[in-house]
Amino acid sequence: MATIESNSPAVAHADVHDHHEPQSFWRTYVFSEDHKTIAKQYLITGIIWSVIGISLSVMFRLQLGFPSMKMDFLRPILGTWIDESGKLDPDFYLALVTMHGTIMVFFVLTAGLSGTFSNFLIPLQIGARDMASGFLNMLSYWFFFLASAVMFGSLFIETGPAGGGWVVYPPLSALPQAHKGSEFGMTLWLISMALFIVSQLLGGINYITTVINLRTRGMSFSKLPLTIWAFFLTAVLGLISFPVLLSAALLLIFDRSFGTSFYLSEIYVNGEALPNVGGSPILFQHLFWFLGHPEVYIVLLPALGMTSEIIATNSRKPIFGYRAMIASMMGIAFLAFIVWAHHMFVSGMNPFLGSVFMFLTLIIAVPSAVKAFNYITTLWRGNIRFTPAMLFSIGLVSFFISGGLTGIILGNSALDIQLHDTYFVVAHFHLVMGAASAFGLLAGVYHWFPKMFGKMMNEKLGYIHFWLTFIGIYLVFFPMHYVGIAGFPRRYYAFTSYDFTKNIFADMNAFISLAAIFTFTAQWIFIYNFVNSIIRGRRATQNPWKSNTLEWTTPIVPGHGNWTGEIPAVYRWPYDYSKPGAKEDYIPQNVPYSQTLESNLPHENELISLEKEIEAQNLNDQFKQPH
Amino acid sequence: MAATATHEPLTTESDAVFDKKSWMGGVEPMRASYGKLMMWFFLISDTFTFSALLVTYGLIRYSYPAWDPAVDGEVFQFSNQYWPTPEEVYNAVPFLHGIDLPLIFVGIMTFILIFSSVTMVLAVEAGHRMDRKDVEKYMLWTILGGFTFLGSQAWEWSHFIHGTETGTVISEIVNGQTIQRTIFGANLVENQYGPPAFADLFFFITGFHGTHVFSGVVLNILIFYRAATGLYERRGHYEMVEKVGLYWHFVDLVWVFVFTFFYLV
Repeated sequence: MATIESNSPAVAHADVHDHHEPQSFWRTYVFSEDHKTIAKQYLITGIIWSVIGISLSVMFRLQLGFPSMKMDFLRPILGTWIDESGKLDPDFYLALVTMHGTIMVFFVLTAGLSGTFSNFLIPLQIGARDMASGFLNMLSYWFFFLASAVMFGSLFIETGPAGGGWVVYPPLSALPQAHKGSEFGMTLWLISMALFIVSQLLGGINYITTVINLRTRGMSFSKLPLTIWAFFLTAVLGLISFPVLLSAALLLIFDRSFGTSFYLSEIYVNGEALPNVGGSPILFQHLFWFLGHPEVYIVLLPALGMTSEIIATNSRKPIFGYRAMIASMMGIAFLAFIVWAHHMFVSGMNPFLGSVFMFLTLIIAVPSAVKAFNYITTLWRGNIRFTPAMLFSIGLVSFFISGGLTGIILGNSALDIQLHDTYFVVAHFHLVMGAASAFGLLAGVYHWFPKMFGKMMNEKLGYIHFWLTFIGIYLVFFPMHYVGIAGFPRRYYAFTSYDFTKNIFADMNAFISLAAIFTFTAQWIFIYNFVNSIIRGRRATQNPWKSNTLEWTTPIVPGHGNWTGEIPAVYRWPYDYSKPGAKEDYIPQNVPYSQTLESNLPHENELISLEKEIEAQNLNDQFKQPH
Repeated sequence: MAATATHEPLTTESDAVFDKKSWMGGVEPMRASYGKLMMWFFLISDTFTFSALLVTYGLIRYSYPAWDPAVDGEVFQFSNQYWPTPEEVYNAVPFLHGIDLPLIFVGIMTFILIFSSVTMVLAVEAGHRMDRKDVEKYMLWTILGGFTFLGSQAWEWSHFIHGTETGTVISEIVNGQTIQRTIFGANLVENQYGPPAFADLFFFITGFHGTHVFSGVVLNILIFYRAATGLYERRGHYEMVEKVGLYWHFVDLVWVFVFTFFYLV
């Protein structure tokens, strides 16, 4: 049994308690309360969802790129959604678009990203045995699983899944008689999302509490890795915004099923006047986007946090502007709550109010630019190692900039009148939030795979995967901007019957579809690499990337409780890379200044006197108490 | 917010030393256990759930005119053309049929709920003293207060649903023809007291709050049972009483806002 050297008087009984009764199969792999297992459950569920979500997009890209195509070959999967003449059912096209959006935004890039890496990295990087409440953490995953099961089930019902777009605006979504996508599939969508919100709240409360209460001795907030800052702020965003979606969804359920009129007023449908008066569909838009806009950052911030860490590690340089990075994330998190109505410029809102929201929206460019420049200056003259994780992180920076620039265009309420609900918007958010976050997720998997599974992923396949995906994504979304500027509206089944779209851009739409199929195909390289490396990968070393953060001080495959013996204390920030005078080009956070006299700066020498005090303050290591 | 926790370690050190080092890691910085922090964060998120509902109320409420004596007649009458005056809707008290007692019954309900918060404070305080008998006593009073509130709300709903003896004549357009009919009481679709939205919001928001009260009562019963069987005494502290107490006070506070919006504004 390994015991870490320590000056703490409390160490005497540290090595007595880390023996564990072997747990049953069910408790170890299925209903596990261990944060590492729960993280893997989230990751694998997220990967399965992403395959489903992207396949749906490939199906509707076929329709958009090749409107006269015979799709009989899809009949084994889609059944009667392909009609006798081999055409895709228009109702099902809407359902495909809706489910693609819902699945990718919520199930892949919220649960799959935050769920995986917040769970995996928070305890490991702050130096905790596990999450604050393992039980609630387990419950969080299983609520997500239930939500997944309901949403998955809705794909197979006769009237099809929800079809009103991922934003489910009423009155379309509130009236089952309005179209097929508002029938039972919509009810299941709402049930699934309510369960999903419960899961997110349980997870978020746990993440915040863990970061506040369970940091190891010496790990002040000013020494937290940027990953943890990002996860922390993400959880705060989710905690405040998801409840509003819950309220909105509950009111919508009442409108759909119990005859109320919160969102409905003066509607004439199928030749019949409805009795509903008094509600407002705009109200739903406000409530939805009060979640919907922070959701964009819930998706993006974890990716930004992880890539900050990966870029600093693989540039062998301290992150440029550590405090500026934190401040800009806080700025983004704050602004996220006061810009929601820029999604509603064309809803008939007062133009003056629109200009207020436009002003607030454009301010987000400031912290975003700070982050982009900090990434670039961290890379600048670094001793860069191009691992696959590093490539994906640099790819994220590229998408973040090229997608962010079009955000400045769309944030203008005057320009938005032309561009609203066109493919320009689709291209914008797929780059800045979809592809950027997906690259953050992939970078995270490549970087922390050794810690998760104790194996290395195949680098060659990683490089191939990166280049195909990076090029593929630009081939899909760059041309899409032009389609959008030309005025092509999103969510349309076909562009063949309108004068203004009839004879233009058919070739470009076909090109985009081919690029989408190409990019989707490239992802199987990743999935093969992922599965194959778990089974046959090279064994990982303890700290393969020579990184500074605490997770690399655990055993190669950390057991329950993460560290054998005491949790290490932390003395320095996590970015001491290539420090002048140091023997190696990295100094982990748990190395005290008293052992690095040759590289200490003057003010760091003064911190040596605090080391005893830091080591003595060891009051939340659960293994110090018998358990 | 968590300065009341006394069972934490570090009691040997002075507060000044604690404050200096409290955020340096290795210690619970606010001297609050994870469970208590989680309850606080849950309450923050639940605040936003209710805020969304109250914003909904405000938006729909002010899309209707209020009763204006100059336009709608000197004597108040129920009509779906304007938002009703709460004193005219909620003016009944059990066993006092036919007497106009505006907002008396809901006032009593509010008093009962606030009083149950007081007994909850006393239960928490008894927990600090490790006084099992007093915890049991005050938890029972709190549970009783919760049930009384729920019962009163049930009566209030039932009265609201059944309506007045005379009902209200409303005119509506059905298939292009104006039809007059008398409706009694309110449900989610029609409402004798005013616009249907008034009843929709009343049922949804007070119902959502009532659900919270109900879960609070269930939690209180659980806590009472565990205190009475001596679990917390064996555990050495009554922190669970405190955590559920936080929830109970929150539910109480939310009622103050719901009460203000529905009955006073």
